[in-house]
Amino acid sequence: MKRILVGIKRVVDFNVRIRVRPDGSGVVTDGVKMSVNPFDEIALEEALRIKERGGAAEVIVATVGPADTQQQLRSALAMGADRALHVQADGVIEPLVAARALLKLVEREQPFLVILGKQAIDDDNGQTGQVLAALWNRPQATYASRLEILGDTTARVTREVDAGLETLEVDLPAVITTDLRLNEPRYVKLPDIMKAKKKPLETLTLAALGVEQRQQLKLARFEPPPQRQKGIRVKDAAELVAQLKKKGIL
Amino acid sequence: MPRVLIVAEHDGGRLNVSTARCVSCARALNEAELTIAVCAADPGAVAAQAAQLAGVTRVLAVANPANTHALAAVLAPQIVALAGPYTHVLGPSTTFGKDLMARVAGLLGAPQVSDIMGIESPSRFRRPIYAGNAILTVEAEAGVKVVGTVRMASFEAAGGGGSAPIEKVALSVELPAHTRFISVSAAKTDRPDLLTAARVVSGGRALGSAEGFKILYSLADKLGAAVGASRAAVDAGYAPNEMQVGQTGKIIAPELYVAVGISGAIQHLTGIKDARTIVAINKDGEAPIFEVADFGLVGDLFQIIPELEKLV
Repeated sequence: MKRILVGIKRVVDFNVRIRVRPDGSGVVTDGVKMSVNPFDEIALEEALRIKERGGAAEVIVATVGPADTQQQLRSALAMGADRALHVQADGVIEPLVAARALLKLVEREQPFLVILGKQAIDDDNGQTGQVLAALWNRPQATYASRLEILGDTTARVTREVDAGLETLEVDLPAVITTDLRLNEPRYVKLPDIMKAKKKPLETLTLAALGVEQRQQLKLARFEPPPQRQKGIRVKDAAELVAQLKKKGIL
Repeated sequence: MPRVLIVAEHDGGRLNVSTARCVSCARALNEAELTIAVCAADPGAVAAQAAQLAGVTRVLAVANPANTHALAAVLAPQIVALAGPYTHVLGPSTTFGKDLMARVAGLLGAPQVSDIMGIESPSRFRRPIYAGNAILTVEAEAGVKVVGTVRMASFEAAGGGGSAPIEKVALSVELPAHTRFISVSAAKTDRPDLLTAARVVSGGRALGSAEGFKILYSLADKLGAAVGASRAAVDAGYAPNEMQVGQTGKIIAPELYVAVGISGAIQHLTGIKDARTIVAINKDGEAPIFEVADFGLVGDLFQIIPELEKLV
């Protein structure tokens, strides 16, 4: 069966104003709205579109995270994924651990495509897709803004890079990470939320997969960023130029 | 004592300035040795440029036709083959480096510190998280090899004047053929590079069209500035993706940033908060961009920009 595996992560919703705890031990997450990482929603949307075009038979969503992450898996099922895999783990999950767990799922499910967001908007690491591709010894195409599946063996991917748009051809299976302009994820309708409750969600553990939850980077201290000093209002272009000249900028 | 390997970014003929910024980051580690690896089809010219960067101990030149285009899957095993004796393996936090270094980290089984913005010790690093709304200090286990990407806006480019020896290295690693370069399309421009420009003029959705952006190009040319854009403007098709500034676009630190018709979503502000001076021009006086602007001007940009162009 032709399968696509989509990796998702539970993150603080992108609309939430982030506050650092006064003791520097983390950011405030109590009572804060949590969502599927927006880049991962784009990954899922792309997988669903490939399936709807007849390019895949099944879309599986997978995540590594605490028990609460099942809410996000249900959201993904409501969007249209066929089934969900939850690797339950508490505490800090580094990209290497997440990628090792995903690799175990890849070996089990044998997808022809793995799609993930290019980064999670919480830790902004941007590593998991590339690490998975490395461990799997398969191609990676990061920052995808266009994805075409060419037959059974290759994919053509347009990537958003600093210079512009780069096009790669990769043999399948491959790992793709998504950029913002790949697609616009669909809205979930109420009946789909009801249907999602009946879709299969399998719970696994890192231990059962044989993956050690190692933490190689200690999170020593969180701080708020330095604030910029509030500036002044100028009344017109002439005053703006005068101010910039006074400051030695022009 | 830290021994640092930097992966050079280049276009086959010219060393990207991102490499000189990585050199400054490496020097903040109090390094005992600083090596730059140049993997190219014909690394000679790029290696010669890398050898001139101040503080570089040596340059390793790896020639291979497979390196004609920078493909992470092809470069990563070569970097891993070189990485053995080094305590730190660094690359730039550009799309080149972000794509490559995490693959290197994966092959090494090493932790990666993404977007290094400051160094407290050879094992303690500062980096932005949550789109720059928090700064995290991470500490690597003692003795663990660390892979890192260097945040470009946080380090000045190292100077020249060096003359490090260049060693040709022949690697016997198997390189995959599963990833093939097809093409790259980039608008040709005579303007400064957005990532390194001293002055940047940036436009948002309020410009209304690609046509509307022309008044910004005109002002930018008068100022000798690069042109950037908000995500909204790129999404709307007014500007190409390589002009996007922000959390998921380019993070920049120019001397002067002029935000025109940009409301200032936090994702955009992340990309500009290291700018020396921020100017905001917007018709909505309540727009969040004014919270970070040194100089704010409320009004009609289509009137103000041509005026400004005449005055500078």
